[in-house]
Parts: sequence; C-alpha cells; structure tokens
Amino acid sequence: MREPISALHVPAREPLAPEHAHGQFALVVRDLTAGYDRQPPAIEGINLRVPIGEIVGLIGPNGAGKSTLFKAILGLIRPTRGEALAFGRPVAKARDQVAYMPQIEEVDWAFPVSVLDVVLMGRYGRFRPFARWTRGDREAALDALARVQLERFAHRQVGQLSGGQRRRVLMARAIARGARLLLLDEPFAGLDAAVQHDLIQILDQLAHEGTAILVATHDLSCVANSCDEAICLNRRVIAQGPSADVLTAEVLTETFQRHLLAVPRQDTLRVVVDGPAERNERGLLGGGEGG
Amino acid sequence: MAELAEWVLGPYDFTFMRRALLVLAIISVVSGVVGAFVIHKGLAFSGDALAHSTLAGVAVAFVSGMNVSLGALGAAIVTALGIAWTRDRARVSYDTAIGILFVAMFSIGVLVLSTRQSYTPDLFSFVFGDILGISRSDVLGAAILGLAVLVFLAAFSRELLFVAYDPLMARATGVPTRFFEYAMVVVVGVAVVVALKAIGIVLVNAMLIIPPAAASLLVTRLPRIMLLAIVFAIASSVIGMHLSFHLGVAASPAIVIVACAIFVAALIASRWRRTAAESPELGAVA
Repeated sequence: MREPISALHVPAREPLAPEHAHGQFALVVRDLTAGYDRQPPAIEGINLRVPIGEIVGLIGPNGAGKSTLFKAILGLIRPTRGEALAFGRPVAKARDQVAYMPQIEEVDWAFPVSVLDVVLMGRYGRFRPFARWTRGDREAALDALARVQLERFAHRQVGQLSGGQRRRVLMARAIARGARLLLLDEPFAGLDAAVQHDLIQILDQLAHEGTAILVATHDLSCVANSCDEAICLNRRVIAQGPSADVLTAEVLTETFQRHLLAVPRQDTLRVVVDGPAERNERGLLGGGEGG
Repeated sequence: MAELAEWVLGPYDFTFMRRALLVLAIISVVSGVVGAFVIHKGLAFSGDALAHSTLAGVAVAFVSGMNVSLGALGAAIVTALGIAWTRDRARVSYDTAIGILFVAMFSIGVLVLSTRQSYTPDLFSFVFGDILGISRSDVLGAAILGLAVLVFLAAFSRELLFVAYDPLMARATGVPTRFFEYAMVVVVGVAVVVALKAIGIVLVNAMLIIPPAAASLLVTRLPRIMLLAIVFAIASSVIGMHLSFHLGVAASPAIVIVACAIFVAALIASRWRRTAAESPELGAVA
C-alpha cells in the first residue's frame, strides 16, 4: 500500500495550504487549546502539521507546553478547543497508527516487569479479556529491541537499566507498535552524544521508511542537525518550517524569551545565550529534563 | 522419624485443622497474587485501611442480624471505591485522605458495636482472627471470592501490568485506565475479606504485604514474585499453624511471626547474594 518514499517525502514549506491537509500529513493539529483545571490554557490555538516521512522537532523552553500539547493530541487531557487528526481521523480512532513515548519520569521503573514486557506493551491493540501476546507480537518486540541494541537486556528488570537505556526501551516500545506516527517526548534528555547519535540514526531510518515523527526537545542543536522541520512553541506556535528557516535569532528569542544568537554552520548550530537571567551556553544545547 | 511425622500430620486428624489448612491455602494464593500488586503500587496502607474499615460492615451486619461476612465485603468494596476516588481526585494528599477514611469507617464500627452490651466471640474472631473456628461456609465463601479475584486478574493481566507500569501510555493506547485503577483497589478489598475471618482485621494486611515483599527481594518479575509469595505464604501458614497447635498459642499471630522470619531470611539472603554477585555484568551500560 505504501508509495515510494520519494513521492511521500514532502519538502518542508510554510505556510501550508489547507487543501494539502489530508493524505500527505500524518498529523494535523487545528486550533488546539488545552490546559489544566482552573488555570489559564497551557497551549493556545495550536496549528501544526507533521508530514509523512519527516522528522519534526518541537522546541521550546521548560513550561512551554510541549508535554501538554502531546497529551492534548493523544486525548489524555481534553482540549477546550480545536482538534488533532492522525491520517485524517481523530487520534482516538487511529490509535493503532500512533505511538507515544512519554518522558521517562512518567513511568514506574520500580515495577517488576522485564524489558521485553515493556516493549510488548507497545503491541497492545484492543481491549480483550484473556488475550495473550502472540508470536508475532513477540517477534515485533524483539525486532524493536534489536533496533535500539537492547536485545540482550530483554529479560532484565527495567529498573536495572540506566537512564539512556530506559529511553531506548521506551523508544523500542514505540517502534514495536509499528505505527506510522511517532510522538516522542524528550527522547534525548540526559543522553550522552554517542547514544543520542544512535537514537537519531534510528529515527532517520524510520522516517525513510515513511514514518512521521514529532520530537519534543529543548536541544536546539539536535533540531538544527537532525530534523527536517522545526516548530517553535511557547504556549502558541511561534514559527514552523524548515529547520534552517525557523531557527533564527528573532524566533529563538521570542520562543525562549531571551536574547539568543544563532550562528548556523555547516554541521552544527551554535547558540549563544545572551539573556538577563544568566549566561549559559549549555543550558539550551545540553538538554536537561522536563518540558 | 515417626515422631516428626506425628508432629507434622497429627494435627490433621481434626476436621478443624484440615479446614484451617484449606482456607489458608486459598488465602495464600489470593494474597500472594494480589499482594504483589499491593507492595509494588504503594497500596500497603490502603490494604490496612480496607481491613480496618470492614469493622463497620461487620458491626452493622451483626447488629442488624445479617450475614457478617457479607457485611465485611460490602464495607470493603465501599471503602475501596472511596480510596480509589481519593487517589483519583482528592484535594488533600493521598495518605491523609485514606487515614481519614480509615478511622471514619473503623469508628462507625466501634460506635455501632458500643450500642450492644455483649461483645460476642463471633465478633471477636473477626478482629483477631479465628482460624480454628472456620466453618464450611467460610471455606466456600473464601473459595468463591478468591476464584473471582484470580479470574479477574488472569483476564486482564496485560491491562493491569500496563496500567501499573505506565498509566499515561496505557490510556493513550486505549486501555480503560481509570476502570482498572478503581478495580485494583476493589480487588485488594476482596482479597482482604477472603483472609479476614481466618487472620483477623488487625493482622490481615500482613498476608498481603509480607510474603510478596520477601519474594521481591529474591526475584524481579511479577509472575515469579507471585509464585514465590504463594510459597512463602503457605510455608508461613503451615509452620505457624503447627506452632499454634503444639505450643497452644494463637494461630494468626504465629503465622504472621513466621512470615516475618521468612522476610528477614530473604533480606539476609538478598544482601548476601548481592555482595557475592557484585559483578560488572550487572552494572548498567550506556
């Protein structure tokens, strides 16, 4: 059913005409507004699109609403306005096409399950009493583990893994789902450069296979180097488009509420923070926890 | 040798001992399986609260002449739903809310009982356990409730594991997470009622937490923790009951003391094993 990737690979552009909304986009978010009880909305009037076969980086400072946006897209919090469509259908009706990787803090790592048990959860389909995992589920789970190079840890209790390995387990679970749209919340936070590089390679390969990937991160260099498109978020969408076009000093300053100097280079994007709060180069590039 | 055989098997000449053994086996299986969730989902305090709150049901049923076990079951289910609701959306912290719920239910129980002059042995047995006074219908009741719990857990093992490990993703995948969060507390309540008559309100929570806690020190996967917890619970029950029979001490605390001894032994074994096997292979990579 899949067309050649070249045909599906939509070059990033902005603004996107509404008539393109169906077919080429894995995810279309329209006017999404959501938040928590008795508080002003955490995200407001969000419009964004994730083309099939592309990696889109969602960047913004802590508290910009990245996780809230994911939760609203997935229906984990009820939007007060707007909608999110995956492959032209409401996300709740396209669950088998959508995989989500939460931040590792959302998960109970002390719970006595093995790495394979966790990855198998990605295969969960329909609510059916007395259902067991099939041989196909097991194979898909082991394949996904092999992809993140954790197959030899399959029977280890998840609590015994390091932070980087835990992120890879959650990514394997998202991959095992076989979904065409991946929503990854801070997959690179706290990882060293080598592991981050490995994960990005995995994402690249998935994108080449036609998967659409939305990655929330506050690691600017990662977005500049590895994402086809970037979305700058701070309660609302500040800018969306090809990474090179979007990551300008003006946009970043508005997004991070701080004066940033973006110095694009061939292979990397150097960001210098020049804000009133602190002079800190690593704060944005290093990528801490949260969002 | 013959003496040992007599020490071990002799007590089972009595019907009440055979019945006690049977009901303890049921309790061990149910508590081992449910307890594994209890200790790993931070429900230990809830278990204690559920146990104490059953006094309200026991008292109301006793005073109004209804079946006391059914009263306990009703109170446990009502309290379980209250606890689950509290976890879901209370404005105060979880343990504060349960602390309040728990003393409220217990106070209702004591209040209702205080309207009666006589404090009958039947009631006394619910508070401190009366393993040797288990009737056939008690065994049957425990078996039915126990089976219901086990069938529920078997039917939804994937969902329960998923919700316990990662409720957010479970919900995003379409698992009715809230239903299972409520159901799990109700299951703990039913497991408490299964063991209530035999072990008693005061000590019943011990069966839910000590064997799985000991098992968790030695094995790391849920099914194995459950199996080992059942083995520990049965061992505690049998040894405790023999101690009780031969030394003439109360059965329920004897069983709990043996369970505690097993826990300490497991603690020592796990420490010893960890120091012995402190290999680089176990260390996390990357």
